[in-house]
Amino acid sequence: MEKILSIKDLRVVFEDGFTALGGVSIDIGKNEFVTLLGPSGCGKTTLLRCIGGFEKPTSGEILYKGENIIPLPPYKRAINTVFQRYALFPHLNVAQNVAFGPDLRGEDKKKTAAEVERMLKLVGLEGFGKRKIASLSGGQQQRVAIARALINKPDVLLLDEPLAALDLKLRREMQLELKRIQRESGITFIFVTHDQEEALTMSDRIAVMRAGQIQQLGTPEDIYNEPQNAFVADFIGESNILTATMLRDRLVRFLGCDFPCVDSGFGENAEVDIVLRPEDVKLKPIADPVANVPEGVVETLLFKGVHYEMKVRVGESVLLVHSTHARAVGTHVKITIMPEDIQVMHKSETSPDVLRKHAERAL
Amino acid sequence: MKRNKALAVPFMLWAAIFIVVPLVMIVWYGVTVEEPIPYTEIVQEDGTTVFQLEDGSVTAVRPQKKTVVSLSNFRRMFEPTYLRLLLRSFKVAIITTLICLLLGYPVALILTGTDFKRPALWLMLLILPMWMNFLLRTYSWMSILENNGILNNWIASLREMLPAFDEWLTSRGVRRRIIFLYNENAVILGMVYNYLSFMIMPIYTVIEKIDKSLLEAAADLGASPVKSFTRVTLPYSIPGVLEGITMVFVPAVTTFVISQLMGGGKVPLIGDIIQNQFGKSSDWHFGATLSLLVMVVVLAFMGALNKIDKDDEPVKEVRIL
Repeated sequence: MEKILSIKDLRVVFEDGFTALGGVSIDIGKNEFVTLLGPSGCGKTTLLRCIGGFEKPTSGEILYKGENIIPLPPYKRAINTVFQRYALFPHLNVAQNVAFGPDLRGEDKKKTAAEVERMLKLVGLEGFGKRKIASLSGGQQQRVAIARALINKPDVLLLDEPLAALDLKLRREMQLELKRIQRESGITFIFVTHDQEEALTMSDRIAVMRAGQIQQLGTPEDIYNEPQNAFVADFIGESNILTATMLRDRLVRFLGCDFPCVDSGFGENAEVDIVLRPEDVKLKPIADPVANVPEGVVETLLFKGVHYEMKVRVGESVLLVHSTHARAVGTHVKITIMPEDIQVMHKSETSPDVLRKHAERAL
Repeated sequence: MKRNKALAVPFMLWAAIFIVVPLVMIVWYGVTVEEPIPYTEIVQEDGTTVFQLEDGSVTAVRPQKKTVVSLSNFRRMFEPTYLRLLLRSFKVAIITTLICLLLGYPVALILTGTDFKRPALWLMLLILPMWMNFLLRTYSWMSILENNGILNNWIASLREMLPAFDEWLTSRGVRRRIIFLYNENAVILGMVYNYLSFMIMPIYTVIEKIDKSLLEAAADLGASPVKSFTRVTLPYSIPGVLEGITMVFVPAVTTFVISQLMGGGKVPLIGDIIQNQFGKSSDWHFGATLSLLVMVVVLAFMGALNKIDKDDEPVKEVRIL
């Protein structure tokens, strides 16, 4: 994969001493769709603003095609941004907004006009050129913002939570639309969001961020199936995170029972976290002959459409279970889990202090 | 709804008494003149005097002047003397407005700059002098500029200290005491000083409200700081500029205090003449006519400004640089 952007140990410390980015490194390939995912205050937008040139990093490097672009102001970077609230120019109409970049470069008016039409077609806004920005819906404005950025043929397009203001249905549509545009245009997309589902749907790779650090970088499947720590597991999808003891390779003890698993290399009798996806926790009738498994009581039962959501109490713990088979509240059940469905993780490295500080900041 | 209407009553009354009634009175005075009633004085045999009017009737009371509707004051208004005054008032007001704009816009722009610390403090320092009495401020300028004033004294002591400077000034024919006051420039200076903050404030408010992400978007799309200014900041600040122009131009075109103090009566403006009609000349009718004239001209001016402001067509491109 050809690298287009290479970020090396990027740090941003704000004037008040707050560390927004604490040494982030990531390589981004040509025509890749990379998502920066994390809760508010995790530094994802700061990272994006550094790439766009709106934030000056305290240290580190941003190499664009091998050249450090940190000294360059935004207007000298071949990178365009779709801003969170679109930042369209309300005094210009749709076509004038889209033509803003080419007009600045003094390009031929006729050529630009044709190009604007092509871009509006690409984002599904053919014939909207004369419309005023204020007369457009949120989804339409967002598409104008994309067209306005794409017309400059950037190598890299930065998108700062561009779908956050849209309703669910429109958001789903736009996710597919963006993915299509990215494939067709061959442009590298760096997409910021706090919506894990959005990230899983669209990305080639996801960087899960917390407290100014990348927690895990990988494909959506990697991130979902093999979260590297409790934070990632918790942030990506619903999950049960339990404290466990790795007795030895491929054997882990939790909920008072020993479970065979597929992980190794944690040492003997090591404290670990494990992740169980709710759909991987299987409930059996209490009469089932299976032995040496935890037993529990169904505490709540909710119908969720595709599946039932149950909370099952096992001693001190409560497990979240998704199943197509409902079990009445108060039913005693046995719990089984397949070895490959147990994801063992090192105990989280980030201290609770740092997390609290970031959480407060985010508010 | 009814309650809302009831709340508006005090204001309506206030507006009627203090706006509508005076306006009607001005119009009435403007379209009327006082005319003497012609009569013949007849001393009768018993020594008493009677007055015979033109229609032959006789009265024992000396006839007073009568108020008649007449447009003669409108004819008088267009005499060259008054037109020249009106023109001068406009000239002075336009120059004042332009200077205020040229000084005020950059100040507003600098104050709203991202790297400018504590803009509120600076804004307050700019406005602080306006908390002082208007006359006091103008008198201060007079004591700085008068022939024996602070400025002339400084120049004089500089001349004493630096003979070369003195010689240079003398060779250029500069008088020992430079006359700063009692000319048009002094009047303009006084107006600029007094009205500058009326220009800065609206422009500052408008620029300050421009969404910073619009400037970031412009930079992102390749606009240098200069282009960002001409393409985004400038078009967005136009409403503030128009408001500033109104706030400076209207008082500047009607003032009489500044022209009397700084101009020493040598630079009369239309405001001075109007004030004169209600004072020394005691011709309220002509004063009202002149007031109407100024009112119409100012209204026309503001209407024209409003038209620019409300113009639905978006500002396509502003290329001043």
